[in-house]
Amino acid sequence: MPKPKVAFFDFTCCEGCQLCALDLTAEQLLDLLAVIDIVEFREAISEKSDSFDIAIVEGSITRDSDIPRLEKIRKTANLLICLGSCSCIVGINALKNFQKTEELQNEVYPDAPHRYETSVARAVDEIVKVDAIIPGCPINTLEFVKVVKNLVLGKDPDIPTYPVCIECKKKENICVYEKGIHCLGPVIRAGCGAICPEKGGYCFGCRGLVPDPNLDSMREIMNKYNMPYDQIDDRFKLFLGRNKEILQDVQ
Amino acid sequence: MSNNNVKINVNHITRVEGHGNITIDVSNGELKECKLHVVEAPRFFEAMLKGRHYNDVGLIVCRICGICSAGHMLASLKASEDAFGITISDQERKLRMLLNCGEFFESHVLHVYFLAVPDFVGAKSVLPLVNTHKDTVIQALKLKKLGHDIGNIIGGRLIHSISMNVKAVSKVPTKKELEEIISRLKDAKKEIAIGANILKTLKIPDFERETEYISLYKPGEYTFLEGSIFSSDSGETSYKNYRETTNEYLVDHSTAKRAKHKRNSYMVGALARFNNNNQWLSDDAKQMAHDLGLKAPCYNPYMITVAQFVELVHMADDSIKTAEELLNMNLEVEDRTFPLKAVTGVGAIEVPRGILFHEYSYNDKGHLEKANCIIPTGQNLENIENDMRKLTPTILDKTKEEITLMLEMLVRAYDPCISCSTHLLDVKFINA
Repeated sequence: MPKPKVAFFDFTCCEGCQLCALDLTAEQLLDLLAVIDIVEFREAISEKSDSFDIAIVEGSITRDSDIPRLEKIRKTANLLICLGSCSCIVGINALKNFQKTEELQNEVYPDAPHRYETSVARAVDEIVKVDAIIPGCPINTLEFVKVVKNLVLGKDPDIPTYPVCIECKKKENICVYEKGIHCLGPVIRAGCGAICPEKGGYCFGCRGLVPDPNLDSMREIMNKYNMPYDQIDDRFKLFLGRNKEILQDVQ
Repeated sequence: MSNNNVKINVNHITRVEGHGNITIDVSNGELKECKLHVVEAPRFFEAMLKGRHYNDVGLIVCRICGICSAGHMLASLKASEDAFGITISDQERKLRMLLNCGEFFESHVLHVYFLAVPDFVGAKSVLPLVNTHKDTVIQALKLKKLGHDIGNIIGGRLIHSISMNVKAVSKVPTKKELEEIISRLKDAKKEIAIGANILKTLKIPDFERETEYISLYKPGEYTFLEGSIFSSDSGETSYKNYRETTNEYLVDHSTAKRAKHKRNSYMVGALARFNNNNQWLSDDAKQMAHDLGLKAPCYNPYMITVAQFVELVHMADDSIKTAEELLNMNLEVEDRTFPLKAVTGVGAIEVPRGILFHEYSYNDKGHLEKANCIIPTGQNLENIENDMRKLTPTILDKTKEEITLMLEMLVRAYDPCISCSTHLLDVKFINA
């Protein structure tokens, strides 16, 4: 069987997920290269290719002029995988959707507000069909390897549909609510290993919502632990801005 | 024979971070146009920060860039702390030095081995080198991974740190983790020494253009996280005066911002740091500079890659010392509370590509009202173009492919990080 050709493409993002995708030991990387052929990866290699089987797309779409490029990638690829939160759920880029384009342009480029094109930040699946997602900001390297391996073998990508709390409990962490910290773990997709609550932080939702989140309950708990509703919205906005239905005060 | 008419268009320069294009137009032997275009989509980070609580600011800005994530985080924390009048503890200062060390390893190793070296050995990327230079590739992967692993130990994950906060970290490393950092950095020094043998064989293009070199400056220390601004033209000034150094300005034929100080462009990054601060490198780093033929002042931008390599040695020495000091301390999670007031502050630090400035204004609730981020690549773009303008006429006797490669190598030497473009620069000039 010929090795599937894999190409990486990036749109609006920090390109950190590409770096994390290759944060492998030499042995792991050589193993990966034994089952796939990387034919395009602009950040790392100069080779370019018009033919590939699997497209791995990083970043949000924030300019209409980028859409034809994405559509061409979709047309060429048999499988399209979204890499990282910017492409899966818009992620941090959605923060700019809460301001009018004019306001954004005047804030950052007051001398030439219209010089740079920008539009509402969108996830890849708002424009083309997506076959698998690898969420996270940044992605979990091991999950990346797992998803690519599963897809190459013709299996389901197999990313968790249960919340971060499950992984957090398995690690026997004390719930951060006990420490007065507000955490989105109950409604956010697991797969990260609950690293943020484990390391003195809290889940702010970088992997996106679970498929059927109980948001009313989430808001109620946060409010019960003394977080005002406007701050709850602020926390949701950080990574879940795409899901406007969860925001009550800000529309 | 000289080429009287050369048109070069490189769309999306590869092996750089972010999207950039080069355009060269030579007609009748005269350089008509010479551009480095930034075509990255604008991000609008400064606008996204408006209204956010100080706790969120670092975790938003570190997502400006995957490579310089820790740098943006550290500059951000400094700006907030400068604003709120917070002095960090010795423990915190040392932990941040280690986090920064991790980023320098990840970034410099990526640039030197994976992005720059393939040009010198006639390869299109590191991939073919897996067959011809397998040991070196494996070594490079190990060194790069070390950077990410330090980020993981100190910051909580590879990039986009979890545990870094205004005033203090939310999780301290264990003794075992610190010992691991020390032992791996010691191994890394051996691997760097082997890597140096490859760098010695590279034919660095013989090109010089003296310019203004700007970096942080703290006498007695090859500084990354503290100090004032130093210019090779005009000396020292407070980091608070960064706007007088960067002077973002407009030109007639372009409405976008550029940076200039005493001349029409300046350089930041490893070579600028080396030129300004080399006397404070560790002994082994000085030896490495000597072995690789890097002498201050150096005016050859292609030597930035070598200066980065020398910095790796210094970083390793500095971080081994820092980690050993941390091992002898009783690390604990420190208090992170402080009184809020309406304030403005500036953070200036050295990140792999040069000096980075963040400035924030907060209201008395700790919510951000105004942000300004000036990144190293933005400061360098004008200088890269000036280099291209000087270099191009001198290499017109080469083939178009050779000219293109020389220019791409020049751009890559600066290790531009275009994703970081919080302010896009659209640089353009005609009749050079």
